[in-house]
Amino acid sequence: MHMADALVSPIVAGTMYAASLGAAGYSIHKVRQEDDQKKIPLMGVMGAFVFAAQMINFTIPGTGSSGHLCGGMMLSALLGPWAGFLSMIGVLLIQCLFFADGGLLALGCNIWNMAFYGCFVGALLIWRPIMKNGASRVKIILASVIGCIVTLQLGAFSVVLETLASGITELPFKVFVSAMQPIHLAIGLVEGLITAAVLLFVYEARPELLWGVDEKKESKLSFGATLGILGGIAVVVGGGLSLLASSLPDGLEWAIGRVAGVEELESAGTGVYEAAENAQGALSFLPDYAFKGSESALGTTVSGIVGAVIVLGVLVGAAFLFRFFRNKRAGRT
Amino acid sequence: MNKIGQAISEIQSLESLSKQDVWVNRIHPLSKLCLTVFYIAVTVSFHKYDLFGLLAMAVYPVVFFMIADLSFGEALRRLRVVLPLVMIMGVLNPFFDKTVIVTVGRMNVTGGVISMITLMIKAIFTVLAGYLLIATTSIEDICYALRVIHVPKIFVIVVLLIYRYVTVLLAEARRVTQAYSLRAPGQKGIHYKVWGSLLGQMLLRSMDRAGIIYESMQLRGFTGDFRYGKREKLTAKDFLWPLIWAGIILLFRLVPVFTLLGQLFV
Repeated sequence: MHMADALVSPIVAGTMYAASLGAAGYSIHKVRQEDDQKKIPLMGVMGAFVFAAQMINFTIPGTGSSGHLCGGMMLSALLGPWAGFLSMIGVLLIQCLFFADGGLLALGCNIWNMAFYGCFVGALLIWRPIMKNGASRVKIILASVIGCIVTLQLGAFSVVLETLASGITELPFKVFVSAMQPIHLAIGLVEGLITAAVLLFVYEARPELLWGVDEKKESKLSFGATLGILGGIAVVVGGGLSLLASSLPDGLEWAIGRVAGVEELESAGTGVYEAAENAQGALSFLPDYAFKGSESALGTTVSGIVGAVIVLGVLVGAAFLFRFFRNKRAGRT
Repeated sequence: MNKIGQAISEIQSLESLSKQDVWVNRIHPLSKLCLTVFYIAVTVSFHKYDLFGLLAMAVYPVVFFMIADLSFGEALRRLRVVLPLVMIMGVLNPFFDKTVIVTVGRMNVTGGVISMITLMIKAIFTVLAGYLLIATTSIEDICYALRVIHVPKIFVIVVLLIYRYVTVLLAEARRVTQAYSLRAPGQKGIHYKVWGSLLGQMLLRSMDRAGIIYESMQLRGFTGDFRYGKREKLTAKDFLWPLIWAGIILLFRLVPVFTLLGQLFV
C-alpha cells in the first residue's frame, strides 16, 4: 500500500527518509563491493519487469477477485537484497512521479514499508535461512509465502504507526491495527503464492538464477523438517500472538459492535441455533478460547497452542492420506 | 483501454509534455525538484484544523498551471490513485473527533469534518505539485538533478534503465495478457494454473534482454556513467524562480494573508 504525501507529516517523512537513505547507502556499498557491472542493467530491467508484472491481475480461486506479484521478495530472490532494494527504490520513484502512486515526500516511508521489509527482512531473515542447505519446491513455497506475509504485515504495521505519528487520522490505534493487519494477511498470502509460482518456474528452468541458495549442500528439506518449521510457526503465532489478539475484537466483532453496540449478537434462544449452540458448548473444551470458567491469559495462550496443534494435526493427517493414496496409485501403474 | 495500455499512454503523454521547448521546461531541474519538495513539505505541515491557511497554498499550483499552459483535467485524473486511500483515512475522522470547532448559523462544524476536508485538500495540492514537476521536467533531467546533488550513479543509472524499459515491458505484458484473454475469454485475471509459467517466461525473457543490453552498453563504451548530453549553464532564472516561489510559499505559511486581506474590507 503506497502512502500519499497528505498522509505524513514533514517530521515523520524526514525520519523515514533518513532511515531509508541509510539502508540505500549500505546497499550501494554492498553492490559496489560485488563489482559486477552486468548487474546494473539486470537491476534496471528487473525493476521494469516488476513494474509491468504488478499490472497483471491474477485470479484468486474461489473469490472472484485478483491479486498481484510481491515485488520486493521476488527481486531479492533473484538479485539479492542489496541490488533488489535499489531496484525497488527505482520502481517506487517512477510510480510516484508518473502515476502519483505514493508521493515525493512520502517516498521515504514507502521505501521503508515496501522495499526495506521485502528485501532486507524477506531476503536476509527468511529466504536465505530457508535456502541455506539448498533449494527445493517446498522450501521455495515456504519462503515465498512466509516472506510475503511477514513483510506485508510489517509494512502494514508501519503504515499504521506512520499515519498515527503524523496525526492524520482520528482512528484509535487498536481499531486501525485490527483493520489493517488481517487484510494484509490475506493479501500477503496471495502475493506469496504468486511469487512462489514464478520462483518455482525459475527453479525448474534456470535454478542458477536464484540468489542465496547454497549449491554445495543441495538437498531437499525433509518432510519432517518442513513440519517442524510449520509447527514452530503455528505455536509462536497461536501461543504468543494470541495474547495480543485476545484483547482486540476481530473485524466482524468490531463491525457488529459499531452497528449494534454489542460485540456478539444474542440468540433468540429457539430452534436450530439453540441446538447448534448446545452441541458446541458440550463439545468445546476451550469455549471462547480459554479454559471453561476462566478468563486467564494462560488459558488464552494454551487455547492458541491447542488450536494450532489441532489444525496442524488435521493438515498432517490430510497430507498423509494424500501421500498414501498417491503412492497406492503409483504402485498400481 | 485496459490498465496496462492506460499506463503506457500516461507515460508517453507526460514524456511529450516534458520534452516541449517552453521556458518552464528550460528551468534547471534541480530548482524545480527542490521547489516541489519544499512546497509539498510546507503544504502538509499545516495543522489539521487550519483550513483557511491551507487554502492559500492553492496559489502555487493555480499560477503554475496558468503560466505553463497545462491541462488541469489531466492532473486531476491522477487523483484517482491517491484519493480513495486518503478518503478512507479521512472519512472516519468525523466519527471520532466530535469537538465543535466553529458554528455556522445553527450548524456545528466538528474538528473531524474540518480535518477530513484539510486532508483531502492536502492530497489534491500535493498531487498537483507532483504533476507540475513531471509534466515540465523529463526523467533524464530529474536524474541529472539527482547527480548534481551527488546521488550515487549506480542508483541514478538503475532509475534511468527502469524508466527506459518500463514501456517495453509494459507493452510485452499487454501482448501477453491480450493473447491470454483471447484464448480464455470471460476470465477476470490469469488462472492460478498458469501463474508461474506466464510470468516466469516473461521474467526469463527480461533477464536475457538484460544480458543483451549489457553487451550493447559495453560495445558503446559504457564505463559506469550515464551521458546526459550538453547542459546549459545555470542562469539567473534558475535561481530566481525557486527563490521567489519559496518566499511566496513561506509568506502564505507564516502570515494569514487571506484573513488579513479580508479584514481590510470587513
